[in-house]
Amino acid sequence: MRLRLFPTTFDTQLVSRWRVSVNGEAVHPNLTDGCAVPEGVWSGDGPTEMLEIVAEGDVERSDDAGVVRGLKERTPTELFLRPTDLTTTNEAIRGLAEGARRPDRLDTLHTLAAAVRDAVDYRPETTDMATSAAEALAQKAGVCQDHAHVFCAAARHLGLPARYVAGYYLPGEDAGLSQTHGWAEGYAEGLGWVGFDVANRTCPTRDHVRVAIGLDASRAALISGAVAAPATGSSEERMTASVAISSQQQQ
Amino acid sequence: MFDEMTVGGQVRPPYAPVAAWLDETGLPLLDLRAKEAEALFRRVGITFAVYGEGGDPERLIPFDLVPRVIGAAEWAQLAAGIEQRARALNAFLYDVYHRREILRAGRVPSRLVTSNPAFLPEMIGFDPPGRVYSHVVGIDLVRTAEDHFAVLEDNCRTPSGVSYMLENREIMMRLFPDLFAEGRVRPVDGYPNDLRRTLEEVAPPACRQDPEVAVLTPGPFNSAYYEHSYLADLMGAALVEARDLFVRDGRVWRRTTRGPRVVDVIYRRIDDDFLDPLVFRPDSMLGVPGLMNAYLSGGVTICSAPGAGVADDKAIYTYVPEMIDFYLGEKPILANVPTWKCSDPDDLAHVLAHLPELVVKEVDGSGGYGMLVGPRATKQEVDAYRKRVEADPEGFIAQPTLDLSTAPTLVGGEIEGRHVDLRPYCLVGKEIRLTPGGLTRVALRKGSLVVNSSQGGGVKDTWVLSEDAR
Repeated sequence: MRLRLFPTTFDTQLVSRWRVSVNGEAVHPNLTDGCAVPEGVWSGDGPTEMLEIVAEGDVERSDDAGVVRGLKERTPTELFLRPTDLTTTNEAIRGLAEGARRPDRLDTLHTLAAAVRDAVDYRPETTDMATSAAEALAQKAGVCQDHAHVFCAAARHLGLPARYVAGYYLPGEDAGLSQTHGWAEGYAEGLGWVGFDVANRTCPTRDHVRVAIGLDASRAALISGAVAAPATGSSEERMTASVAISSQQQQ
Repeated sequence: MFDEMTVGGQVRPPYAPVAAWLDETGLPLLDLRAKEAEALFRRVGITFAVYGEGGDPERLIPFDLVPRVIGAAEWAQLAAGIEQRARALNAFLYDVYHRREILRAGRVPSRLVTSNPAFLPEMIGFDPPGRVYSHVVGIDLVRTAEDHFAVLEDNCRTPSGVSYMLENREIMMRLFPDLFAEGRVRPVDGYPNDLRRTLEEVAPPACRQDPEVAVLTPGPFNSAYYEHSYLADLMGAALVEARDLFVRDGRVWRRTTRGPRVVDVIYRRIDDDFLDPLVFRPDSMLGVPGLMNAYLSGGVTICSAPGAGVADDKAIYTYVPEMIDFYLGEKPILANVPTWKCSDPDDLAHVLAHLPELVVKEVDGSGGYGMLVGPRATKQEVDAYRKRVEADPEGFIAQPTLDLSTAPTLVGGEIEGRHVDLRPYCLVGKEIRLTPGGLTRVALRKGSLVVNSSQGGGVKDTWVLSEDAR
């Protein structure tokens, strides 16, 4: 199992305590990729009934209007112009992108985020992990992952690097449970990487914990695993996730 | 057209022994020997899968008895050029995954690298042992004149065909031992040992004893499976499929009947996409889960390095002379074939206007599939290809139809000239090792310029002479 469940510290996110375990066994990151995302691996012995993966800790966030600063990245920004299977453009995405084109790059990204949200209604369980940006836009409905994918595809079409962010989100009191969440980052020359939580029509705030990034959701997955097929019979995998976040205000 | 044996009715000095041998042996005996050679190949079971042509897909690759000869001085020049290229390609790979100096300097367009699917973000900032990415560089060469060789393409991932180089020599030595008695032909049988040493030299930091080497194959259904098992056998290395390997505690282990054994160096003959399902193809059951993590944390070495393919893309190829200048400060010893990049509007216009004269290739194609040989194509084929190029110019490059050299070949009981190319295999570890020779492929159809075995090409034993006649 490959775990990318380790949020990193940057200017406006301080990870003061963090622990990941699988069935009680601690997992530490042994690598950090070119985008400053740490990863660790865990493998089990023999057949397994259940794996309990626990990630817990304390993260201090301050507001940054979505601007991510202070990460030690080695990856060239232009890498994030590369399309993937989930973020391939089509005529509809290109049309949406062109409509958001503004003289200023940051303005373009904001306009695009709003346009994507207007075009794709938030409707849970209408899409799945494998739904592409083009499919979500065509059916005009989806979830946060789809919003971020359409945004990335369209921004890249405009020559603006964009990438997917996986993390945690603490919604307001009236908005239900906390959840694992997906949003996007777009690159604005001069300013750097700026987050866009398209689904929530906001830039990431103190309520967002940034964990992993990638060209799309599959490449930013927090957990990816492979199960060895048993010698006889078959295997089934299911994953459920629950997130609990509590917020403490600093004085 | 340059014939390598005979120029102006005179036999060229390097071919003197072959010419004399052809005369002494006589055609009827040669024909008989050719049949013996085929029987020998059938017995050892060397076949090559050919797709899309109908007939027996496990066809025997035709072996031509008449050796292809390269003189000692000619080879010295070629060897210097090949080694220079192998060094430059590895320097380029290190650079694009680190400081990207050649891109910053504007000598290679950045977009060609970063948007290339073969460029792997996972490799950014990683130092492979010895800074080597491509441990076996296969460089395809053509000859167009007495004094002119040119590079047709580079193969930095897992070039195949070296087993033919070894087998062709073995068969020739069995059929005609006298030919080799004088020691004028440089041996090639050191290759497996050199490959093993190369792989051992790039053992990972975690390796504490004699490195354990394994050859990773997609399995018996792969067209080059014979070669994988043959090389593993000659190197004394384990032949494994992905399901034989697993990752534990940062190391890679091989399942054996006597329990798990550690693997230090993997000579992989599978594509990047199928190395590790946790990183590359989550939908795939193929590969070794956790292999990339073990590699990137120094627990195992993968040869060639994942992401090495960004250097052998046909669009990158045009910039290899730039790399040689940029990293080595040298002039290229081997020339490139002039190439038009269809991504460039001016080049595209030229290509579309001259399609019937050109050879057009897909930038990420290989094996001779999906290319247009203008002078040999029908008008319909040219028109169909034109539409493909117009739809996706970035996907194509074009080159002039080269006047490839011919070498004497036994065809239908007669000796006739047929077009040939040459693929030497350059090994890169702590030092560079180059076996004198390589694989000569021959287009058996009269006038054909396509030498790929998948397209009806054959192979020849390739001789490099230890010294030139005075």
